[in-house]
Parts: sequence; C-alpha cells; structure tokens
Amino acid sequence: MRTVQTEVLVIGGGATGAGIIRDLAMRGFDAILVEKRDLTHGTTGRYHGLLHSGGRYAVKDPKAAVECIEENRILRRIMPHCLEDTGGFFVVTPWDDPDFGDTFMEGCRKAGIPVEEISVAQMLREEPLLNPNISRCFRVPDAAADSFLATRLNAESAREYGAHIWTYHEVRDLMMDGQRVIGAVCHDLVRDEEVRIYADMVVNAAGAWAGKIAAMAGLDVHITPGKGVMVAINHRVLNTVVNRCKMPSDGDIIVPIHTVAVIGTTDVKVSDPEHFAIEPWEIELMLDEGEKLVPGVKNMRILRAWAGVRPLYQETKAVDTRDITRAYTLLDHETRDGVSGIITMTGGKWTTYRQMAQVTVDRVCEKFGVQRECRTHLEPLPGAEKHGGYHWLGARFADVERRQAYGDLICECELATREDVERAIVQGDAKTIDDIRRMVRLGMGPCQGGFCTFRAVGLLHRLRHPDVEDANAALRDFLQERWKGLLPILWGQQLRQERLDELIYLSVLNVDHLPGPKATPLAPVMYDPPTGEEPQARV
Amino acid sequence: MFVEQTLDNCIKCNICVTECPVAAVTDKFPGPKYEGPQAARFRQPNQPLTDASVDYCSGCRVCNMVCPTGVRIAEINARARADMVRKGAFGWRARLRNNLLARSELLGKIGQPIAPLANALLQNPLGRLAAELTLGIARHAPLPAFSRERFTAWYRAHQATSAPKGKVVYFHGCSTEYYEPRVGRAAVRVLEANGFEVIIPPQNCCGLPLLSNGEFDAARGYHRRNVNSLVEYARQGIPIVGTSTSCTLTLKEEAPELLDAFDEESRLVAEQTFDLSEFLLNLHARGELNTEFRPITLRAVYHPPCQYRAHRVGRPSLELLRLIPGLDIVESQAACCGIAGTYGFKAEKYEIAMQVGQPLFDLVRATGGPIAICDSETCRWQITHGSGVPSVHPIELLALAYGYEPEGVLSQLNL
Repeated sequence: MRTVQTEVLVIGGGATGAGIIRDLAMRGFDAILVEKRDLTHGTTGRYHGLLHSGGRYAVKDPKAAVECIEENRILRRIMPHCLEDTGGFFVVTPWDDPDFGDTFMEGCRKAGIPVEEISVAQMLREEPLLNPNISRCFRVPDAAADSFLATRLNAESAREYGAHIWTYHEVRDLMMDGQRVIGAVCHDLVRDEEVRIYADMVVNAAGAWAGKIAAMAGLDVHITPGKGVMVAINHRVLNTVVNRCKMPSDGDIIVPIHTVAVIGTTDVKVSDPEHFAIEPWEIELMLDEGEKLVPGVKNMRILRAWAGVRPLYQETKAVDTRDITRAYTLLDHETRDGVSGIITMTGGKWTTYRQMAQVTVDRVCEKFGVQRECRTHLEPLPGAEKHGGYHWLGARFADVERRQAYGDLICECELATREDVERAIVQGDAKTIDDIRRMVRLGMGPCQGGFCTFRAVGLLHRLRHPDVEDANAALRDFLQERWKGLLPILWGQQLRQERLDELIYLSVLNVDHLPGPKATPLAPVMYDPPTGEEPQARV
Repeated sequence: MFVEQTLDNCIKCNICVTECPVAAVTDKFPGPKYEGPQAARFRQPNQPLTDASVDYCSGCRVCNMVCPTGVRIAEINARARADMVRKGAFGWRARLRNNLLARSELLGKIGQPIAPLANALLQNPLGRLAAELTLGIARHAPLPAFSRERFTAWYRAHQATSAPKGKVVYFHGCSTEYYEPRVGRAAVRVLEANGFEVIIPPQNCCGLPLLSNGEFDAARGYHRRNVNSLVEYARQGIPIVGTSTSCTLTLKEEAPELLDAFDEESRLVAEQTFDLSEFLLNLHARGELNTEFRPITLRAVYHPPCQYRAHRVGRPSLELLRLIPGLDIVESQAACCGIAGTYGFKAEKYEIAMQVGQPLFDLVRATGGPIAICDSETCRWQITHGSGVPSVHPIELLALAYGYEPEGVLSQLNL
C-alpha cells in the first residue's frame, strides 16, 4: 500500500478531468488525477467527435448553445491541431418541417452563432453525396475534434505544470472525516496494490460515473446515463459535419472525423454506465436516418459501432433524456449536502470541457481562499504553435509520403509507423494495445486490427520484455476489444474482413490456445448481449 | 464516385501487393494496397496534396485483376495522379515531357510526314541524350519509328471485297496510323476474309496515354470526339473493333470510369466495342469464323498485355493462334513487360520498367523463336527492346495464315 498527500485530487480522466487538472496545475495547485482505465476510456473516447457550434441547441437549449459557441471560438485558438475545420451544415430534408429553418436561424442569431443560408446547389457542389431533395441548407462553424489527442495534450500540459496523472487507478472508496471528504482509496490495477490519496479537496469529474463516486461519500447525485450509439462508415462520405435542421433527435448527424464518417446517435436511458447493450434497432435506426442525409449510405461498408454514455444531470428526475439540458452543473456538496472537501462537475458537452474546468477551479480557489486567474483560454495546448494550424485529413498520409516511411507501417490502414508505436509504448507509457490505439489510432481502420495487432504485440514484447504469457494475453485483450465493436455490424464487407482476421488469428496464429491467461485485468468491458427489445418510450 | 467507393471492398489481403510487378522491383512504389484503397481514405479534393509515390504506379492493372474483392485499384491510382497534376505536383518540364509522350496523335501528325528526318533524329544517340537531359525521356527507351505511309492513306486506296456478313467499324488507334500500318492492313484483310465490310470513321487518340499521365481534361476532349464519331454506328448495332488493346479498353471502360462519363452515348459505344481477337473468337464460337488457315511452322512466345487482361475476356488471341496449324505457342505467364504505355519511356522509370520486364525478356530469349507475339504496340516495342527479338501482333499471323502477303519481320522469315 502506498499513501500520498496532495492539495487536490481529480477523479476521472476524461475531457473534463484532464481540463480540470491542467487548469489546477496552471494555477499552481499541487494536484493528482486518477482514472480507472486509460485517459478518454469513458465517454470522451466514445463520442462522434463533434465540436459544436451551438447550432444543435440553438432552439431547444439556448444556455448550452451560448456555452458551445463561446468555447468553440476558444478551442479553435488553443487547440487547432486537435480540430479539423470541416464546417457544419444544418439541412432541411423532406422529412423535416421546412419552417423550422427560420426558427433555427433566429435561435442561432440570439445565441451569437454565425449562420448563413446557402443554396442547395452550392451545398451539393461541396458535398455531392448529400440528398439532392434537401430543401434548405445553413452553414455554421461546427468542426470535428480529436478527443483522444486533446485530452492527452491537456494531461501533458498539466504534467509540465507539475501535476500527476495516474491511469489505471480505480477509486474504490472515499475517505471521510466526519462530514468531510479527506481523500480516496484507489486500486492500482497494473501493480495490483492499494493507494491512499489524501487531499484537501476532491473534485469528482467522473462523468457518467459521478453518481457512483458521490455515493461513496453518502451523497445523492442523480446522473442519468444516456446511452448514445454511433456507427462509423469505412470512409469519409462527407467532409462537412451535417445535421438535420430540426429538434435534436436520433440519427440526425453525420460527423466526418479522421478517415471515417460517424452517424450518431441514439439517446437511451440506461441504469449502469458500465453495462449496457447495443441493440439491433439502434444500428438500424442510425442507418435508416443516415440514408435520409446520404442516400446509399446503408449499403456502404460499416466499420464499427460503439456506444458512449452521456453524463446527463438534472436535480429532478427526467422522463426523456433528450429533454435534459446539455449545459453543465457544478455541485458544491458543502452548501448542497453539508459535506465538505468535495465538489462534483457534471453534465455538459465535450465542447464545453474547458469552461467546465474553469468554473470548477474557480470554485476550488474560492474554497482554498485564494485568487488565481484562469489562463487556459489563453495558453495553447502543447504542440499548437509548432503545428501551426488545423489538423487535416491528409496530414498523416502526407507525412508518411514526405518521410518515405511506407516501409515502416505497423497499422497500414491508419498509417501508424513503427516510430509512432514505439513512442506510444515508451514515452506514452502504454499499458495495453488499446492504449496505443488511443494514441496513434492503431487498429482503427478497415481491418480493425487484422494486420497490426500481432505487430504491435511484437513491439511491446521487444521493448517491455513481458512474459510471453502476458504478451499473449495482451494480444487477446485487444482482439476482444476490436471484436466488441464489430459484433453489432457483422454483415457485408466487414463480415468478409472479419472472416480473414479470424483466419489470421484463430487458424494461423492459434491465438485461442496460446499459453497464458485468457485475458488480463485490464481487459475491455464487453457490451451486454442485445435484449432485442426496444425501449418503452420508443414503441 | 464509383471508382473511389470500391475502396470499401478491400480486406487488406495483400494479394495485390504480392502480385504487383512494380513493387517487386522498386522501393519507390509501396504497392497497390497502400496507394489504392488505403491512401484513398486520406485524399480530399479541396485539401493540399498528399501524394508522391503513386506516380510510380505503372497502371498495368495486375492489381485489379488479382483483387478478390473488386477494388478498382489502378483507377484509384490514376485519379490520384490526376489530382497531382491538378494541384501542381509536376513542374513544367515533367508536364511537357508527359504531354509529349502522351500525345501520340499530335506526335504522329508532326513526325509522320517527315518520317525519314524524324526517325533519324529520334534514333540519334546524341539527340536522345539531349532529350533525356532536357525533358527526361529515357535515352534507351524504345521509341517507335514513323511509317512512310499512314494507314488511312492505304485504306482509302484499298479495294474492298464483297461483304455478305455486314459491317464492322475498325478503330485503328495512333500506332497503326502513324507507326505500324501493317497491323491495320492485316486487320482489314482478316475481317474481309471473314466477309465483313470494314468502315473507318474519323477518329482520334483514345486518350489513354493522357489518362495515365493524369491529364484528364485533355483526355475528356479526345474521348468525347471519338464517342461523337462512333455513336451512330453503335446505335445501328455495328461492332467497333480494334487491334490496340488499350484503345479498346479505354472505349469500353477506362474513359467512362475515370472521367465519370456515364452518359448514354458513351455507354452505347462502350457496349459495342470489342478487341479484334475477342470479336473473331466470338465468331468462331458461333461457327462463323473462316478457319481455312494454311500452316505456319513457327515457335514463339505469346504475351498477353496487361491492358488485354483488363478486358476480362480470357486470352482470345491465344485461342485464335492455336487454330493455326503448325504454330507452337509458348504462353507467357510474366506479369508485365514493364513499359505500361508511356511509363517506361520516362527517364526516372526506365530502369524499373526494364526490371519489371526482365522475366518476360528471359522467356522470349530462352524460347528461341524468331519472333514474339503481343497484342499491344508499346509492349511489342518493349519486348523487342528488352529481348532483341522482333514482335508482331497476332492478327499479322492470322492474315498470313489466310494466305496474305507477309509484311515487316514476317516477310523476312520465309514462312
């Protein structure tokens, strides 16, 4: 058992937690962040990658819309290299109310979101695959965001300012002294040991898991985990974020992000952020709705499906998760519940993570009785200046071409070179192949790890010298992790791909019978098997 | 978008990589899978250029042929090269060189009337060295010699025989017109020997050399004019046949696919276009081919050009040649002769092209026959250049077997 002492302990290594620890460190706090898995393992790493302009909430949730456009402007300044400036369209399809367009424009203007209507001809020139029966199109400053990179850079910046980021540290309990939280009992999953972290202040930024953390201090924080299922198309059918111009609902957005286009999402209340299923109707709905935007998309190759859980928060219990505000909430448990030493930041969007961090750390300062100004909106994330602009789709490919590094590709689909993977293992301190994936996009392309998993394990073994049994288990872990997102979409071209991958791993490499445990303690949590039932509200 | 969308079929099996004749001999070309379905996911029209290595794709289409899932790899690569041209990846010198090589019709129009002078210049080592240093046209590459007479000039003076079987349009292509009219003469004779009236409407370059150099706009003009000239015949159901496998492939498939020319007229022309051997073998299948062949005692290698395999019609020339008594044909299994249209003429690619063709050259030499047989003109020039053995089109042997006077190298063989 280890025992450490810090000023502030941040629980949760998603966008919010990473944003908070950076802000804390920049304001001179001694801080530790604990995350039970890898950074972005939760909701942050499982969303479609939209940087909101606010347009989506312009009519329904004006508070969230204003937050979004403010932060949109700031993030473009501080992390252009994590963003792709795709721009966004809101389009009125034959299934939508044509009058909503005017309401939408009005909402955008009120929220301060730049919006212009463009002709359908112009829209089709820019995006030839969009439905030609679309009647109106509005342009807004949406963009695509690499939430893996952005979160890691927040953590990197925090480290540079002296903070500690401890991944694979699961909070098992909060330590109390009367009505005061004084720290957390964590479990180090890699070393398999207990770590007690005493802190003057605990910040609960566990997102969809925030209710569970709060409950450890006897606090009632009612988080409604809102499951969202997303489906990735094998290639960029669109280069602009395209939203349906209507009240937000299921399957009404396609986000081009890196090499794929993501159709999102459903919104279904689940009881547990850890255990839920991807239901067949959800996939079907995504494709049916996607078809309305891009005719023919249903027959294209589907790469993968996944689901994240939104940390939706409302003081009173809500019936429909779509009606819960997307604005964030800071809970000061001292005033709310009479328990000091802990605050909870929850709700919100990825787009507003920085503002959420700022508000949280402002409150921390207040609690500590100090006055330190936030600078996260001024200081760019590491690498921004060197990079000099937005990320663009061809950047990785152009780089491989320039360096003639094509003979050294480990992941051929997503162009991760040997150098990239080695850096992820050594400097990035990857614990699993899945950690490498989040850093360099290994295994995220069409073959879903078919040709890179064994190469990556080879590199891991050469650099880290784990026992052969452990290396075998790491291989199995990653194959399981990839399989997880393939199961819901196994037909057509991706089924053919999986058959080849199966032959490679099960028939040629005999992966199921290699020595070693079936899985490691860091193995992925699989989705529950589908129940085949649609939720009550939808029937 | 059809071409690019086929990238979704790729399962990364690597068969194309193992079969690619270019990737096998040079590190400058990472391979079809990398350039095609993989790289295509990173290309975006309105963004900066990403490519460099795709220019080393020779366009031989071996990848397309071996792909088990139907990815149009060669076409994806051709479009990527066109994007390079559009975005200014090539300097003026390279573009001038590529356009010179790709405008075979223009070259023919200029060079053929002054054939003796032009040939002397083109075969002059000093001139060729200068062309390599200034333009990057490989000094040893097998540039063909201009013919003294144009094919169409011969045809106008030619007396047609009676035509009980109907009409056929002959697309002769640039090489027959300006360099090897003997191939066209043989084609006309073979068609007439089978009872067809041969029509030769106005036509220009099929545009393929321009397509494979990424000069899509220029190619579009050529294709359009050919379609305009040919579509009336196609409407009447008159077959359009050609002796140049790349010209017919372009009319059939390449131009429409690469240029998104899916209009009704292009489609009609494409449907009515056949390679001449394909057409003759179809006749044979219906029992309508004149098979009164006299024996030709000869042993020779037959190499099916890559462009021909891209037709996906089997090896009709081979089957026709096997109908001729006495002919002992050794079938080449070599992937490619290396020339790939204009590829092997370029200084930076000449060595690659020669290495690609090496197994074929070895086979031709080892077989020991006096000639080699190949349907495609640039392949014939390359085979002769690489092996030292003269090459002929299969139709020339068919004409000979029908009893017509042999021309060119065949006339020297005393067959």
